[in-house]
Amino acid sequence: MIWNAFHIALREIRRNLTRAFLTVLGIIIGVSAVVTMVTLGDGATESVKNQISALGSNLLVLRPGAGFGPRSRNAPAFTLDDAWAVRDQIPGIAAVAPIRSSNFNTIYLQNARSTQVTGSTDAYFYVNKWTIAEGRMFTQQEYDAGAPVGVIGETVQEELFGPGINPIGQKIRVGNSTIQVIGLLKGKGQVGMGDQDDTIIVPLPTIQMRLLGRNSAHDINVISISAEDGTNSDLLTYQINALMRQRRNLHANQPNNFHVFDTRQIADTLSASTKTMTMLLAAVAGVSLLVGGIGIMNIMLVSVTERTREIGIRLAIGATAHEVLLQFLVEAVTLSCIGGLVGIGLALGLCTVLADLIQVPYAFNSQINLIAFAFSAGIGVLFGFAPARRAAQLDPIEALRHE
Amino acid sequence: MDHEHLIQLQGLTKTYGKGSASFQALKGIDLSVERGEFVAVMGPSGSGKSTLMNILGCLDVPSGGRYQYESIAVNELSTNQRSLLRRHALGFIFQGFNLLARTSALENVELPLLYRGMSRRERHDMAISALESVGLGDKLRNTPAEMSGGQQQRVAIARAIVTHPTTLFADEPTGNLDSTTTVEIMELLTRLNRDRGITVLMVTHEDEVAEYAKRVVRFRDGHIESDVLNEPVLS
Ligand SMILES: Nc1ncnc2c1ncn2[C@@H]1O[C@H](COP(=O)(O)OP(=O)(O)OP(=O)(O)O)[C@@H](O)[C@H]1O
Ligand SMILES: [Mg+2]
Repeated sequence: MIWNAFHIALREIRRNLTRAFLTVLGIIIGVSAVVTMVTLGDGATESVKNQISALGSNLLVLRPGAGFGPRSRNAPAFTLDDAWAVRDQIPGIAAVAPIRSSNFNTIYLQNARSTQVTGSTDAYFYVNKWTIAEGRMFTQQEYDAGAPVGVIGETVQEELFGPGINPIGQKIRVGNSTIQVIGLLKGKGQVGMGDQDDTIIVPLPTIQMRLLGRNSAHDINVISISAEDGTNSDLLTYQINALMRQRRNLHANQPNNFHVFDTRQIADTLSASTKTMTMLLAAVAGVSLLVGGIGIMNIMLVSVTERTREIGIRLAIGATAHEVLLQFLVEAVTLSCIGGLVGIGLALGLCTVLADLIQVPYAFNSQINLIAFAFSAGIGVLFGFAPARRAAQLDPIEALRHE
Repeated sequence: MDHEHLIQLQGLTKTYGKGSASFQALKGIDLSVERGEFVAVMGPSGSGKSTLMNILGCLDVPSGGRYQYESIAVNELSTNQRSLLRRHALGFIFQGFNLLARTSALENVELPLLYRGMSRRERHDMAISALESVGLGDKLRNTPAEMSGGQQQRVAIARAIVTHPTTLFADEPTGNLDSTTTVEIMELLTRLNRDRGITVLMVTHEDEVAEYAKRVVRFRDGHIESDVLNEPVLS
């Protein structure tokens, strides 16, 4: 009997395609808006997380100065011993990379550009999640000797060498020295405001002795710290703060002249706020879905009046009130389901185009699609019921007489 | 109980409205119709002909009295049961044709079969043979707007007989038609009555139309005024 009602309903829909389309337009727009908002919002959250995790695994960054701004310039840098103290005295730390970095002019043949050169230990690759795409990292011997070797990022490869040229083994001029390229980093892309791939990584002694030409104990400008999985980063930050205050001989009334960035915390805050934004947008879109449902009810009610004679005819040839009710209900549900499907299809297209446009990763979210579809079917039942009952309660003779 | 009759009415009344505004359209009708009869119901406007047809056709309920169809006490049936009786035993033809607009002749005729849950193939075949039997085998795809009044009424007849009903109710079936088309429709109804044994009850105002019937029941003010047999039409 349901199948029969479905058949009759489909026939009715086919007979009035324009009306059907106008009826479900609201649902189509509502469903596609909800699905698009949630999918893109998820993408944005994901993208924030990805960008931050691309910075490093459970990364904490120790910098001199109280934060950003002019005051940080005068704050003393760190020593290598500071880095080893953090590594050895604080539990729950996987690796520590002391970093000395500076900008240098780099030249290869006629190409020249300014690039950030980072000197560090091999731990740097692990802490900051760099992987080698081609070539190799520097060896312990090269490190100890301060050998003129370096691993370059994708941007440096593109800008300095251009496509089709294998940089491995080539020599580039960095500042006043020559560095041999021994490896190429796998690209990370744009993170926040900086291009991560515009970098050259050399052994710490190489930048200290060869490139900068001086070897001061106080020249470590960043210490990158990788926490072990599952450690409490608040506790870790507290411990690092305490250790550094002690090592830098700060009195109780003196403020910190260094600071610890906890990327996990930043990631959590950012993704929480994008999630809130997503929920908000989805709620707004949800309202349009509701409006779409009311549109269905409105048009179904109008169509009951419009189709009074048709209902009379159906009753006269032996349709029961129950069947007429079912027909109108199935019609409303079928319409809203079709609307839901079309909306999902539209959202699929919109998401693909928009995700590309605003550069967030696109992942098909089957859950929100299912929810939106179920919701549109529910709207069909909810808003289809009143018109259907009105149709079923019509008196056959009255209905037949209706003009 | 007497099971000889197809339709048996005893003291059937119908009152419209309530209280002082009420109006009694049928004032105690006693009537029996046998299987295979062709009855014309005549009478002045407002005498209660359509009211009777609607009650007989189970579209409406009487206010009092007894209505027995075959062995079924119709006045005791629920709305739903009356729908099913319509579906399985009764056919209707109206003055205004009452076809679904923008729907082909074929689909219009298939409509009653849809409610019987028949297969597509069966529906199709039965609808086509019904349309062929009313002489519209070549108009299957035409919508009502693309057909003459007579053709539309023949589609309506095909729709009424496609379910092989026992009884056909026709309320002024030729009321909207010219005289040539009227003859066509009446010959069709006569043939259905004679060849298929379908009982026909028909309301009409025209004597020429009533001549096709074997029996004429005349109404006046909610009463049966006369009930006579026609002399057989010799042709
Ligand atoms: N729904 C109704 N409410 C109130 N009165 C009604 C209703 N339907 C019919 N009547 C009245 O009942 C009486 C009989 O009506 P009915 O339609 O049966 O007449 P009829 O014999 O078919 O007339 P006609 O030849 O004009 O079709 C009329 O006086 C009419 O006004
Ligand atoms: Mg009448």
